[in-house]
Amino acid sequence: MISATLKRVAPQLVILAVVLLMNFAVFPGFFHIEFQNGRLFGNLIDVLNRGAPVALLSIGMTLVIATKGIDLSVGAVMAIAGAVAAAVVTGGGGWLTALLAAIAAGLLCGAWNGILVAILRVQPIVATLVLMVAGRGIAQLITEGKIMTFLNPGLIHLGAGTVAGIPTPILIWIAAGIIVTAIVRGTALGMLIESIGINETASRLAGINSRALLIAVYLISGLGAAIAGVIVAADIKGADANNAGLWMELDAILAVVIGGNSLLGGRFSIVASLIGALIIQSVNSVILLSGMPPEFNLVIKALIIIVILVIQSPRIKHTLYLLRASAGPAPRETTLHDTDPVAKESRP
Amino acid sequence: MKLRTTLLATAVLLAPFGAMAAGAQGKTVGFSQIGSESGWRAAETTVTKQQAEERGIDLKFADAQQKQENQIKALRGFIAQGVDAILLAPVVATGWDEVLEEAKDADIPVILLDRKVDAPDDLYMTAVTSDTVYEGEVAGKWLVDHEAGKDCRVVELQGTTGSSPAIDRKAGFEKAIADAPNITIVRSQTGDFTRAQGKVVMESFLKAEGAANICALYAHNDDMAVGAIQAIKEAGVKPGEDIVVVAIDAVPDMHLAMSNGEANATVELTPNMAGPAFDALEAYWTEGTMPPKWIQTESKLYTVADDNKAIYDMKKSLGY
Repeated sequence: MISATLKRVAPQLVILAVVLLMNFAVFPGFFHIEFQNGRLFGNLIDVLNRGAPVALLSIGMTLVIATKGIDLSVGAVMAIAGAVAAAVVTGGGGWLTALLAAIAAGLLCGAWNGILVAILRVQPIVATLVLMVAGRGIAQLITEGKIMTFLNPGLIHLGAGTVAGIPTPILIWIAAGIIVTAIVRGTALGMLIESIGINETASRLAGINSRALLIAVYLISGLGAAIAGVIVAADIKGADANNAGLWMELDAILAVVIGGNSLLGGRFSIVASLIGALIIQSVNSVILLSGMPPEFNLVIKALIIIVILVIQSPRIKHTLYLLRASAGPAPRETTLHDTDPVAKESRP
Repeated sequence: MKLRTTLLATAVLLAPFGAMAAGAQGKTVGFSQIGSESGWRAAETTVTKQQAEERGIDLKFADAQQKQENQIKALRGFIAQGVDAILLAPVVATGWDEVLEEAKDADIPVILLDRKVDAPDDLYMTAVTSDTVYEGEVAGKWLVDHEAGKDCRVVELQGTTGSSPAIDRKAGFEKAIADAPNITIVRSQTGDFTRAQGKVVMESFLKAEGAANICALYAHNDDMAVGAIQAIKEAGVKPGEDIVVVAIDAVPDMHLAMSNGEANATVELTPNMAGPAFDALEAYWTEGTMPPKWIQTESKLYTVADDNKAIYDMKKSLGY
């Protein structure tokens, strides 16, 4: 299974390595890591740490997209969760209460999306757009439009603290990735989610409870967004309802796409999405370290992303495969085309 | 009888003040505010209400919740009520000509607060705004004086790329340090005016340049500076001492940072835009003088020498 996963994520790993080397090219000290003030300190650590919110979002987003859905509300849910956590600690609550309240808020948002999609059959892009727009307003209501600052050390630790020298957000997203992957791949759950994305009606007729599963994936997405929101708020010791998680849903979707997952649903890989999130953060890092004027930021990011997506496009992949096959000793044309004739034959 | 005497005495006592504020006393002014999207905006509303109360002005307040259509409705409402003047903090720059024309036809002077509009300037009396280039200059001048003669490598956190305050505050700062060859900007990147990005970008500055090689941070707003201060602390360096921090806006949390010795200076974007507007109206009503088309607000510099704890408490009470 591990070798299969490695084979699946090989393109993403290559891209990540290339982007990391670009970082090294613009800043030779990029790979330098030292232990300073009781914490690991270095650009690589920053990439892992700053990639945490998008990584956490991409886990849920991968599952949602695997069901042929999309969750545009995660950025707004982050703002709500951060605001709830800040409101709880400024109201005298402990950090654990704040975290649990934020998670409850995230799950509530997920349930709202899930019910709209699974029961009321609203198209996912429309259903989640509602909360994307309204959610930030809810967060602003909670913070009264200000940056709600707090000094609770327990809550701050979740975003800015370290465990054994490693920044807490890194541990959180890696743990979340492992737990969710173990659940969906250790059981048949992952396959059932994929089957909904490929053909929901057929899946339902085959006895899969698609409603419950659909609601479940939006719940996971809301949960991930809530944790990401708490991390982002804790990092700056304040809930910034106007800016927390702003446009981050788009980065999360991009991470899933860079991870080679199809927006049309079906087969998915959470590991690949997580590497996708790291690739995005590494691209951000190149931009920051390059010292280029900020007017170029979006252009550079767009160029790198376009190259990555073009390399991953089916046509280029196919060409690369042909090139490799013709260069090799025994071209295996049959494996490439064997699916097509079968599909044609099976058509009535 | 006794009550009347007291009233009379009070009136006599207050007479000099009454004469001073006679122009505005008892007048009705409509105020169309954008909304309350930021702490500064909330403070502007509070200060405007305070200023009106001090001058005995009856202020009609309308919150537009970020929508121009609501502002136009509010303005038409003010005109129908026949107010004596209108204060307008416009949410966008365009689309005001018609309603401003209506106010002009009704002989109601309109004063723009905090932002300007794209309309012929005979349609409004004056605009009270801050000079954002000058704000950058004040910050730059302070740094030049503070670092007099010493070599100083500055990192700059810009506002949202392409936004006018970011462009102006950068230009003003560069103008101020132009004659000080000892001060150079070595890195400049956008922090989107937010705390989170301010922190992230400062982290990369600290690594790319090395904390020991950065002498000062100039941020286009206080929020980014507050985020950057956290990044500086996490890198094991002392903000305010090892790295000088200067920014713009003077929000409460920056005063708190200064009172803790973690920041050095900030230039105030005053929430008191209404004060100068009312002054202009009073002069117009009593002496008939027309104000200039642009009234620049004061860009006051605050440093660690001020009583920042007290200012923090005072500003917090304004609703920041």
